[in-house]
Amino acid sequence: MPAAPQPTPHFTPLGSLKAENLHLWRGDRHVLKGVGLTAGAGECLQVTGPNGTGKTTLLRTLAGLMYPEEGNVFWAGKDIRADMHGFHADLGYIGHEPPLKPDLTPPENLKYWLGVRRIISKLEIDDALARVGADYWRDRPVRTLSAGQKRRVALAGLILMAVPLWLLDEPTTNLDTQGQGLVATLIEEHLARGGVVVAAIHHELNVAAAGLRRLEIG
Amino acid sequence: MNASAVQSARAVLARDLKLAFRKRGQLVQPLVFFAIITTLFPLGISPDLSQLRNVAPGVLWVAALLSSLLALEFLFRDDAHDGTLEQYALSGQSLTWLLLAKTATHWLLTGLPLALMAPLSAMSLGAPVASVPGVIASVAIGSIALSLIGSMGAALTLGVRRSGALLSLLILPLSVPVLIFGARAVELAVKGDAYSAPLYLLGAVAVLGVTLAPIAAAAAVRVSLE
Repeated sequence: MPAAPQPTPHFTPLGSLKAENLHLWRGDRHVLKGVGLTAGAGECLQVTGPNGTGKTTLLRTLAGLMYPEEGNVFWAGKDIRADMHGFHADLGYIGHEPPLKPDLTPPENLKYWLGVRRIISKLEIDDALARVGADYWRDRPVRTLSAGQKRRVALAGLILMAVPLWLLDEPTTNLDTQGQGLVATLIEEHLARGGVVVAAIHHELNVAAAGLRRLEIG
Repeated sequence: MNASAVQSARAVLARDLKLAFRKRGQLVQPLVFFAIITTLFPLGISPDLSQLRNVAPGVLWVAALLSSLLALEFLFRDDAHDGTLEQYALSGQSLTWLLLAKTATHWLLTGLPLALMAPLSAMSLGAPVASVPGVIASVAIGSIALSLIGSMGAALTLGVRRSGALLSLLILPLSVPVLIFGARAVELAVKGDAYSAPLYLLGAVAVLGVTLAPIAAAAAVRVSLE
């Protein structure tokens, strides 16, 4: 099947994310009990497990937002703590809540959100919004959008980050079937560019099996 | 291409300015509060201008302090709530720098209007027209220090629900030097004396704030994100 024209990758594939023996305590709760994982270029690691077993905690630890009591995270062979800014420049993290301002429209939100990270053109923003199917409602303030529409805007943000490593916490929440398919397609394209994805997703992910692996925690 | 430090700060500034103008009510609130306090004093003390003139510096500065406190609660709250601070922390840019940009915007939206309004209140309390430059300078420089000190408090109380009381408890003791030097500068300006000495001291507090407060605020924000 001929591939659709792909946007030029903005990043050079950098290799793998690796975590060793992560232990993390929240108060007196031992949340991460020696979690280890690797995800190489072109690989998607799907983190599964019952609610409350620490999927979000794991992702936030991998992102460097939480500090594990024991264990290390390596990106491209380097401990992320040695160069946190450099690591974060390669990282796109989307949490539970899309980081959007209710009083701004999607293009404005994306302009300022991503403007902090990189120089971004209006054209790129338009392309990304078209990509996530936002054409009809893109000029409405975010507060009037549905949860699924906000999620789509967040996905546009993820595309625009143009980074090799994606950490996604329940990226398909509130999305309709078509939207879930979009997430799968975006992940597939990202893997094809040599990107790395770690995603906490409950349901089956329709990603070509070659790059997909599962990690069960809890 | 990655954004330079200046470009990323500009994005923070532009976003906050745009948001502020979409929500003008929040912007006006501290100013109205300031105007109300300063106009209540003549009613409480006496309409005699020579008496008011003596208390004007103190009244002006206590009012400025309280209204800047009122605005502080909003400084990081919305950004923490909607995940914007998290994205700042993960942007690959220095969080300290981004928070400094945020605090600078906050000053532009609260401290600067307050400084421009202060001479009017001062004159209604009997200050002579000649004192206007002194009053503006005192409130402008002093409010820079207040915004910075406040940014530490606002960041430290992010995890606390209904943080207002705790915030004032944290911030007001640290603001005492600003109050003293600020009021002294206004007092000298009202009397027609040279007021540069307390302004220098205010400037020193502000510079100390610029250097240290964003670092502390960034550390506090990181803790709140954990």
